Amino acid sequence: MRKVNQKAWFFVLPVLLLVAFNALIPMMTVVNYSVQETFGNNLFLWHGLGWFEDIIRSERFHAALGRQALFTFLILIIEVPLGIIIALSMPKQGFWVQVCLVLMALPMLIPWNVVGAMWNIFTLPDIGLAGYFLNHILGINYDMTQNPLAAWITIITMDVWHWTSLVVLLCYAGLVSIPDPYYQAAKIDGASPWAVFRYIQLPKMKQVLTIAILLRFMDSFNVYTEPFVLTGGGPGNSTTLLSIDLVKIALGQFDLGPAGAMSLIYFAITLFVSWLFYTLMTRNDRQ
Amino acid sequence: MAKITLDHLRHSYSANPTSPADYALKEINLDWQDGGAYALLGPSGCGKSTLLNIISGLMVPSEGRILFDGRDVTRDPPDKRNIAQVFQFPVIYDTMTVYDNLAFPLRNRGVPEDRVRARVTEIAAMLEVTDMLSIRAAGLTPDNKQKISMGRGLVREDVNVVMFDEPLTVIDPHLKWKLRSKLKELHQRIRVTMIYVTHDQTEALTFADQVVVMQDGEVVQAGTPVELFERPQHTFVGHFIGSPGMNVLPAELTAGQTSVQGIPVALEGAVTPGAGRIEVGIRPEHVRLVPAGTPGALTGTVRKVADLGHRAVVEAMIGTTKVSAITHGTLPGQGDTVHLAFDPARTRAYRDGWIASTAGGGN
Repeated sequence: MRKVNQKAWFFVLPVLLLVAFNALIPMMTVVNYSVQETFGNNLFLWHGLGWFEDIIRSERFHAALGRQALFTFLILIIEVPLGIIIALSMPKQGFWVQVCLVLMALPMLIPWNVVGAMWNIFTLPDIGLAGYFLNHILGINYDMTQNPLAAWITIITMDVWHWTSLVVLLCYAGLVSIPDPYYQAAKIDGASPWAVFRYIQLPKMKQVLTIAILLRFMDSFNVYTEPFVLTGGGPGNSTTLLSIDLVKIALGQFDLGPAGAMSLIYFAITLFVSWLFYTLMTRNDRQ
Repeated sequence: MAKITLDHLRHSYSANPTSPADYALKEINLDWQDGGAYALLGPSGCGKSTLLNIISGLMVPSEGRILFDGRDVTRDPPDKRNIAQVFQFPVIYDTMTVYDNLAFPLRNRGVPEDRVRARVTEIAAMLEVTDMLSIRAAGLTPDNKQKISMGRGLVREDVNVVMFDEPLTVIDPHLKWKLRSKLKELHQRIRVTMIYVTHDQTEALTFADQVVVMQDGEVVQAGTPVELFERPQHTFVGHFIGSPGMNVLPAELTAGQTSVQGIPVALEGAVTPGAGRIEVGIRPEHVRLVPAGTPGALTGTVRKVADLGHRAVVEAMIGTTKVSAITHGTLPGQGDTVHLAFDPARTRAYRDGWIASTAGGGN
C-alpha cells in the first residue's frame, strides 16, 4: 500500500471555503426558497417539490427554454466555425500578428452592459448608424423594438461580435503550437488543404476547441446582461431568454419559490449538458 | 528514382546578400547517383538542413539549379518532386491508425485501394510493424512513430529520393542502433536514393556509401568513409571525423622542408607551391611512442592518458600544441616525457586549412 500524505487536504481547504461562501451557501438559500411558499412578512411554509412540478409543466418555462436553446444553438453554429476560419486566416508571424490579436481582443474588453447599450443605439432606426442605413438608405424595415426577427438578428449579431474572438484566440493558440514539419510532411505527402485541416489542424485544435465550445455554451446559455440591455426581452416575449425570464419571476413578480425552483432546474441543465459534452469529447482521447 | 544534380547552388536568407558571410549555402556542386546512400555531415548551423529543404522543395534557392535525372525541378513544389522526408521529430497523423498513416500519401495521389493495401502490407512487413496496423498512431513509442514516418516515405513506388533530417535525435540510444541497421537493410532491399543528414559521424559513416562533409555553408569534402578517414581534404574533416580527431600542428615551411617547432617532419609528398598558414595533420592512429633518440621524433610531456581497454589514448603537449597518440603498449604516466614519431606516408601538410601535400611521393 502506498502511503498517502493527508496533509494535502489543508491546501485545498482555502479554496473549499472560498467556493462555499461564493457559491455553495448562496445556492443553498435558493434551495431553501425552492421548497417553500411565502406570503411576505418573512412567513414561509413548506411546499415540497410543488414548485419544481409547476415549472416543469409551465408553458412559459418551455417557451423560454426553447428560445434559450435556439439562441445557444445559433451562437455555437455561427461562432465556432467562424472562429476557426478567422484563426486559420490569421498571420502566423510578423507585425500583423500583434495587430490581429489586439483587434480580436478588443470586443471582449468592453463591459457587457456597454455592449448592449452600444448595439441598442447602433441599430436604432432613426439615429443608429446601422439602423439608419438599413431603414433609410436600403429601405429595409428594420426595427428591433417592433419586429421579433430584427430583434433576434440583432442579439445574435451582437453576441457573435462580442464573443467570436474567444474562439479565435483559443484556436489560434492551438494552431501556432503545431510544429512546421507537420505542414512540410503534409506537403510532401501530397495532402489537400482540406486534409491538412482535417488530419493536422483540427486534431491539434481539439482540446482548445473543446474548452472554447464549453465556455461559449455556458456563457450563451446563461447570458443575461447584453440581451437585457438591448431588447429587455422584447418585442413581447420574443427574446425573453431563460435568464431574463428568471429575473422577471424572481425580482419582478417576487415569486421566490418558483424562481428558486427554476434556478435549480436551469443550473442542472447547464451542468448536465456541459458534463455530457466534456465527457464525450475526452472519452475518445483515452481509447 | 533519380540521379540528383546540384548545380551552382547558393542560398541566402537575407534579401540582398553582399558578402559571402550572408550566404547560408556557398556554391554547392554535387552529383548524387541513383540508388546511392548518401550522408550530409556537419555541425549544427553548417547549412545541411537548408540544403535538404532545397532538395525537397520546401525552399527555393537564391541561385543555382537542382536537377532530377537532368530535369530542372528548382521551382517545383514538394508534391511535384516525388520525394519523401523524415523529420527530426516524428510526424504522424495522430487521429489515424497506423494503416491509414501509411496509406495517406498513396490515397492523396488517387492510387486504387487494392494497390494501397498491397503496398502498405509490404512496407509494414519490411518495417516489422504489421501487428500495429490497426491501432491508433498516437499511442506509439517514438521509435515506432519514426518507423511509420519512414514508411510513409517508402510506400510510394515512384519516390525519387528519401531524405532523413537527423531522424534518430529523439530515439533511445539502445534503439538507435537497431533503427540504423534497419534503415541500411531497407536501402539494400529497395535501392532508392537516400540522403541522411546528421551531425553524428557514427550515423553518417555507418549508413552512407558516400559522405558529404559541410562547414559554414560549404562542402569541404565528399568521399567514402575510408577516404574521409584516410586523407582528409581539410583540417575540419580531420577534426570532425575520428575519435579523437586528427592532430593539427602549426608548422613552418622553409625551402621545401616542413618543420614543427624547429624539428623537420617528413610528409607523404611534396608541398604544393603557394603562400599561407601551414599546418601538419596526422591522425592519432599513426602517431607512435618511440624510445628517446629516435631520429625525427618530437618530444612532449604527457598530460592525460585514457585507457579504453583495447587501446589507450595518450595526450601529450609539444610546447603549447596538444598531440594525441593511440597506443597499445605500456603506458607512460602523467607528466612523463615521451617521444613521438609520425608515420611519414600519413603525415600531410595543410595550407589555410586545405590539403597542400601531394599524395604517394609527389604525383
